[in-house]
Amino acid sequence: MKEIQAGDITNTIARLFEHSCHYLPPDVIAALKQAKEKEKSQVCRDVLDRILENVEIAGKEQIPLCQDTGAAVVMLELGQEVHITKGDLYTAVNAGVRQGHDKGYLRKSIVSQPCFARVNTQDNTPAMIHTDIVPGDRLKISVLPKGGGSENCSSLTVLTPAEGRQGVVDFVVNLVDEVGSNPCPPVIIGVGIGGTTDKAMFIAKKALLRKVGEPSPDPEVADLEREILGRVNNLGIGAMGYGGTVTALAVHAETFPCHIASMPVAVNMQCWCARREEAVL
Amino acid sequence: MSKKVTLPLTDEVLKDLKTGDNLLLTGVIYTARDAVHKRMVEALGQGKPLPFDIKGATIYYMGPTPTRPGRIIGSAGPTTSSRMDAYALRLITEGLKGMIGKGSRSGDVKDAMVKYKAVYLGAIGGAGALISRSIKKAEVVAYEELGAEALRRLEVEDFHVTVVNDIYGGDLYEEGKAKYQVKTP
Repeated sequence: MKEIQAGDITNTIARLFEHSCHYLPPDVIAALKQAKEKEKSQVCRDVLDRILENVEIAGKEQIPLCQDTGAAVVMLELGQEVHITKGDLYTAVNAGVRQGHDKGYLRKSIVSQPCFARVNTQDNTPAMIHTDIVPGDRLKISVLPKGGGSENCSSLTVLTPAEGRQGVVDFVVNLVDEVGSNPCPPVIIGVGIGGTTDKAMFIAKKALLRKVGEPSPDPEVADLEREILGRVNNLGIGAMGYGGTVTALAVHAETFPCHIASMPVAVNMQCWCARREEAVL
Repeated sequence: MSKKVTLPLTDEVLKDLKTGDNLLLTGVIYTARDAVHKRMVEALGQGKPLPFDIKGATIYYMGPTPTRPGRIIGSAGPTTSSRMDAYALRLITEGLKGMIGKGSRSGDVKDAMVKYKAVYLGAIGGAGALISRSIKKAEVVAYEELGAEALRRLEVEDFHVTVVNDIYGGDLYEEGKAKYQVKTP
């Protein structure tokens, strides 16, 4: 058994949020640079240049990449041999969100009641916490500051098994077409196929933790990702929707076994400003 | 090639702006998001005055990150404009001439831009750090309790935007997409 102090979790979460809102992961930056090489529209190449300039300024001058520093999504992989001391896990996570948003001058974008008073909670809590219990004695923390603009373009449906693979492709492509410029393209498209509806959206979001452009280890799924990406980039939406050949940087699909009667498909949309970071305690 | 434009957007200026033009805006703009729009349209409904003169004004759909000490403003990129569609029509009829945001507008708002002569300008979503450099002065003028969503008066210099919808019915999203779309059988 290993002991992890709640305070260490708080400090780690704070650091991850503050840092991730100022620095994009190297794989995202590489994908944006690659997009610029591939893009045929001069207008969109100019947009990508400005996006890359923004990335530089954010880190250098310590100004968040985007003013929407997001809802605080936190994914935990908690080893079953871990014993958390001097506090409880979720209180520690929320304290970290509070601290990171305060110290990092990040925007507080959470309101207490979704369809009633909508009063700002002033500290960006509560975090959206997902916990997996896994073997071992480590705690892996992944944070995903998730902007509202792209999250609002997410969608979920339940297809019939008869609609099959083609149904999945069409659902995702039609959604990207419909939301157009709204999610801040070039986007990263998280796709969750199977499970029950809750599971489908969860794995769609989890797919966004993957390094951009890293294909699924399952060749059938990787092939599906390639086909969707190709079709999405034929839509002509381009960076910021100004018309171009790179609408998505990547499609990340995850699958899970499902009921004989069902085929849930979830899409979790991610803007180009794909902030994410992780740490292991 | 970017065109320098000094605000306010008069009819004289608007007539030369075409979909796809890149502009460098200098002058005064006001920030407003969902909550401020709701309040402004409610005020108009009650016959109350707005916190600023809407005639000829330009609104930027933006709520910044908190300002670090010694700085003018935090990260300051655009939010999704379609959420303001429900209120924009009313403000356009009151004399609003410019809207800055990202993402497409409703048919009603696009029609109103032609009818009442107003434009919609796109700023790069997510480029809040870059955009903050063109903001030279920022002050909250109303609804301070809304925090990031409060109504702010900004003085901008060479704020880079792209004309999405002009007063002639042009739409960059539709035109750009048509140019690069590859039809799949």
